[in-house]
Amino acid sequence: MIKNIIIGLFCLGFSSMAQAVLKIDITEGFEGALPIAVIPFQWHGSEKVVNGDVSAIVVSDLARSGKFSPVAEKDLIARPQKLEDVHYKTWRIAGMDHIVIGDVTKQPDGTYQVQFRLIDILKAKQVLGYSFSATDKTLRAVAHQMSDYIFTHITGLPGAFSTRIAYVTVQRDKKGSASRLQVSDTDGYNPQTLLTSDEPIMSPAWSPDGAELAYVSFESGQAEIFTHNVLSGIRKSRAKFKGLNGAPAWSPDGKKLAITLSKDGNPDIYTLNLADNKTQRITNHWSIDTEAAWLADGKSIIYTSSRSGKPQLYLQSVSAGSKPERLTFEGGYNASASVSADGKYVAYVHGEGNIYRIAVLELKTKSSRILTDGPLDESPEYAPNNSMILFASQEKNQAVLAAVSVDGRQKQRLAFTDGEVREPSWAAKRH
Amino acid sequence: MKRIFFVVVLALSITACGERIKPDDETTGDNSNVSASDGATSGGINGGAGIGGTALEGGMLVSYEKNAINDPNNVLSGKIVYFDFDSNTVGDDYVELVKHHGKYLSFNAGASVRLEGHADERGTREYNVALAEKRAQAVKQLMLYEGAGNDQISIVSYGEEKPVAFGHDDESMSLNRRVEVVYQ
Repeated sequence: MIKNIIIGLFCLGFSSMAQAVLKIDITEGFEGALPIAVIPFQWHGSEKVVNGDVSAIVVSDLARSGKFSPVAEKDLIARPQKLEDVHYKTWRIAGMDHIVIGDVTKQPDGTYQVQFRLIDILKAKQVLGYSFSATDKTLRAVAHQMSDYIFTHITGLPGAFSTRIAYVTVQRDKKGSASRLQVSDTDGYNPQTLLTSDEPIMSPAWSPDGAELAYVSFESGQAEIFTHNVLSGIRKSRAKFKGLNGAPAWSPDGKKLAITLSKDGNPDIYTLNLADNKTQRITNHWSIDTEAAWLADGKSIIYTSSRSGKPQLYLQSVSAGSKPERLTFEGGYNASASVSADGKYVAYVHGEGNIYRIAVLELKTKSSRILTDGPLDESPEYAPNNSMILFASQEKNQAVLAAVSVDGRQKQRLAFTDGEVREPSWAAKRH
Repeated sequence: MKRIFFVVVLALSITACGERIKPDDETTGDNSNVSASDGATSGGINGGAGIGGTALEGGMLVSYEKNAINDPNNVLSGKIVYFDFDSNTVGDDYVELVKHHGKYLSFNAGASVRLEGHADERGTREYNVALAEKRAQAVKQLMLYEGAGNDQISIVSYGEEKPVAFGHDDESMSLNRRVEVVYQ
């Protein structure tokens, strides 16, 4: 049987803009978000680059974070271009905490100089100021970098706008289906195809340094785990045992994968040492154990197990002879954990009856809260800045990606223009 | 219902070398609500004439001849085993079908099957891959009891990745919870 597989070499740039692009709409909520005004940047010596409108990109990033409520352009009360033009009292009366000003200047060599300043209205002074050099191809990256600086300065949390997301798309026609492993900027732009196959592709997961993806591909006729460097395009087969080879999860130090294998009879969790591909068994039970997620210290995992009869979440050390601790008790279906970067919370799929929703469990108190409406929400993944959870959802018979702020107040849809999109993974770093 | 269920209750007495098969009794049904006791029952026919088995009135042929798997009138033409939600137990409606395939394999040492495990879209993707493998394992176990060889049966689990029905209703989901018996 001949399989059609195309392995993409990953290159940056706008070259593939013709491809279907994720479109992100904020669908609900702004309550409690911090007000900020981003004044549209003036362009000197050049028309505004259509896909590189830096101030608009910053607005979109900050709004998507759920932590900010940027003022709509039409509602801006003033448009200062320079620091000395900022009238602090006016902005203070308007209830604004911060404003961002800046400009883009085309240089004789064709590059752009991008400057921005973050102004704290209450302190009545500039608190951040940066100048970047950019090309047509890097304007968006510079804008995301600016968003990260602003986000981190105000919230104290790491920014994650300039990293990448990975996801799987499926297009079906009469002849069959084509699965694609895609990588894009965090706002859905710049989609690149890493792998195309007529067999399923599953469970993409970023390495902690953002350089590699681990995933499951059925291209050989059975499940096989690969690691794939997104810059060089080089990939390695990591596990192709008899039976299951699934659910890869990188250890926080990037040296191991936790994976699910059934080579010894039942689906159990193993670690795979990436230096020598050696496996070590972690769980040993006749039921299903799968979907491991690491805690930040790299010493424990949270996984799904059906040992009580129904899938529930368990916490267990990866050291030999450790015992599992059951974490979830409410509802007949609790699975697919994603641990927040600070290690305090676990997002997971909570099923009751025929409704599957995303919930969050606080590890310390064991209290949980449901964040989404379902009915078929799955694959939750904490954004690296801990402020949002990406997940896959069904909407009017279309599979879409969505994001919810960790307080459940803000929701957004990342709709794919063509076919199904699923299994989002958000890189903590951009390599 | 698009589905065809085979509910077959029969006691086989197998003659020397297993080359000739004499079904004694067979019950068939053609809809999902049939249980073993309320299907059309045909009388037992002994001494089946042909090598290919014996036609039973209103029912299926039972034969484990080499080509039987390609005969649309043979019980072995049923190649899909359906499951309940989050269950990996082969239901009563399918035990006999699976046993027939197991016997076929035991009589045809050169034959081999791939059991493809599937799940419906509910729940998480990796859990469903594991669940669907357990379904395929359960089918394999039954086949082994009937004398099939371990190396005649391979398993691949696709979880919810390869649905055959694309609706989100109960009917579609029940069609997707399945193990397909694929002869190779």
